[in-house]
Amino acid sequence: MAEIALAGLTRRFGDTVAVDDLTLTVGDGEFVVLLGPTGAGKTTTLRLVAGIERPDAGKLRIDGRDMTAASPAERDVTFVFQQYSLYPHLSVYDNLAFPLRSPARRVPEAEIRSRVQEVADLLRIGSKLQNRATRLSGGEMQRVAIGRALVRRPSVYLMDEPLSSLDAKLRSELRLELKRIQQDLGATLIYVTHDQVEAMTMATRIGVMNRGRLAQFGTPREIYEDPQDVYVATRLGTPRINLVPMGTLEVGAAPASAAWMGLRTEHIEIRPAGSGAANATVTRVEHLGDQSHLHLDLAGQALVTLVNPHAPLSRGDRVALGARNPLFFDAAGRRAAA
Amino acid sequence: MAEIRVTHLHKAFGDFVAVKDSSFTVADGEFFVMLGPSGCGKTTTLRMIAGLELPTSGSIHLGGEDVSMKRASERDIAFVFQLFALYPHMTVRGNIAYPLKNQGVPRVEAKRRVEETARILRILDLLDRGVGGLSSGDRQRVALGRAIVRDPLAFLMDEPLGALDTEMREVMIHELRALHDRLSATTIYVTHDQHEAMAMADKIAVMNRGLIEQFDTPQEIYDNPATLFVADFIGSPSMNLLRFHGAGRRGATTMTVGGNEIAIPPLGADLKETSLVLGVRPEHIRLLDEGGLRARTLGAEYLGTQQIVTLETGFGTVRARVPSDRAVARGETLGLDFRAERVSLFDAASGARIPTGQAAEVVHG
Repeated sequence: MAEIALAGLTRRFGDTVAVDDLTLTVGDGEFVVLLGPTGAGKTTTLRLVAGIERPDAGKLRIDGRDMTAASPAERDVTFVFQQYSLYPHLSVYDNLAFPLRSPARRVPEAEIRSRVQEVADLLRIGSKLQNRATRLSGGEMQRVAIGRALVRRPSVYLMDEPLSSLDAKLRSELRLELKRIQQDLGATLIYVTHDQVEAMTMATRIGVMNRGRLAQFGTPREIYEDPQDVYVATRLGTPRINLVPMGTLEVGAAPASAAWMGLRTEHIEIRPAGSGAANATVTRVEHLGDQSHLHLDLAGQALVTLVNPHAPLSRGDRVALGARNPLFFDAAGRRAAA
Repeated sequence: MAEIRVTHLHKAFGDFVAVKDSSFTVADGEFFVMLGPSGCGKTTTLRMIAGLELPTSGSIHLGGEDVSMKRASERDIAFVFQLFALYPHMTVRGNIAYPLKNQGVPRVEAKRRVEETARILRILDLLDRGVGGLSSGDRQRVALGRAIVRDPLAFLMDEPLGALDTEMREVMIHELRALHDRLSATTIYVTHDQHEAMAMADKIAVMNRGLIEQFDTPQEIYDNPATLFVADFIGSPSMNLLRFHGAGRRGATTMTVGGNEIAIPPLGADLKETSLVLGVRPEHIRLLDEGGLRARTLGAEYLGTQQIVTLETGFGTVRARVPSDRAVARGETLGLDFRAERVSLFDAASGARIPTGQAAEVVHG
């Protein structure tokens, strides 16, 4: 297993800077998620670590060794892509065994059999081992693709949205499985996604990316509770953090430079109109089952917050909103210091 | 706009029964969602209402008129498909105006209605653009515009958001519902996505293998699922289902689950010893250090203010949604406490809900 250190890594495509001066260290055995929208540079970063792309500037070290110019094969990394690429003419078993049968590895057949079986059981495709790869559902094919990476036991795993083609239920099961497998193996893993739930639930640390740059790097809790700017604040949390100009709601002490207030559900107090001056109107109650999204109009500002699904609120009701320890941002969107 | 009444609707393709004896009424102005996995019969039902399939038996009334055997063109409804089929060589205006041109609506009238539609959809500024360069959201809006401009008795939508990515889908869910609130048009919407259904519907019919398993408001379906299928299908993570053998007297407020006394809402009738399933939602589980149903933690997933804790019990895996400030270590043994008034019971063989007394609704913020 290994530590991965990126120092000033930069990659340009023509005029576009896909990855811009990226510095980041992934500890041995860490599960790091790079989170960001399409075009943020997260996949390019992953490809730079894999050796599929070469940087225009900067250094990459794996396990202390300079790998900036090393070929993909020299890096002992394995890559799981969004699009599963299986050998269609081979069975599931042979697809899983393929990486172990490489002449360079010379793994004995008995050991191959036990490792393939172990991985197949882990991914719940144990009963499909004799099927042709093309006779599987999309979810099963993706599990075979993940299995092919696991079976090799490399020092570094790189995964590019490996769960995005699966349905919601399977995705939530595999999130937990993947995390457990990674912990059991003690593997170093870099995982790319635009799905905040995957990032929050699996990562030991999240790297939030924006236009090729690292906006913030920290534990899910740090990113959620202590975002450094508006961009990062809007990346985590459902419903999305509400941003309202200062003065819209009364707050106690606020930093002098504060221009905006960021309000998550836990920063909003709702009282029935009778107990205080009503300042907002319910525009819609959206049922989600376990909770409801309450859509509010606060002096022309649209706000969304979570409420108990049985709260006696309906469209048109007037309520009194209050702010409780919100996050403050300056005019440029940076976190305003207290 | 109109009420849609479906009575004993049945559709067979050879030996295969796609829709079994389906009856429901969509009230005038209601947003009605048919929800279920692929192959459950929801799209076939929709196509029969549209007139694209004819029923084997049963009837469909649209605004009081029996349209069961009428052609699609004779039913005053608009269909929005999953894939927005726009005319690529036409402008947005041309695309939206097309159905009116077909109906021979006078030009001045057509122009007024196209602009009114564009105003409702907030795409007035796009009217004279080609559809080629539009974003997927705007293309979806144009496709909706083509349905709205006809001013039909009802809208039918078949997974209209299926092709969009998560973020765009979220935006369109709100737009579609806001649009519905402005137009108050009777709408039947088909999806396999429970989140879309919960977020938009006034009423939901949950379908499985051609049958409607439950027809009710979203919250009622979530709180009191009528069958095991519904309990498992709705909710993310889904309802925890613990299988056990048990019996109880009418009015009993506990059940013995593998030696553990678990509080339940009062039983509605005597229950002979049989295979049962106890259902409890993740947010109705509390973690205890001592007592309760003992379980070993397999992992915790951080979600901001909350976390999902997965635990192994003697009755299978259980997931609990608890505040994230409670530290949970993997491999630790904990106790589970279920909120009694929120526990559901099912008959394991039939899957049917076992009636229990309605506890008083607990409301807090």
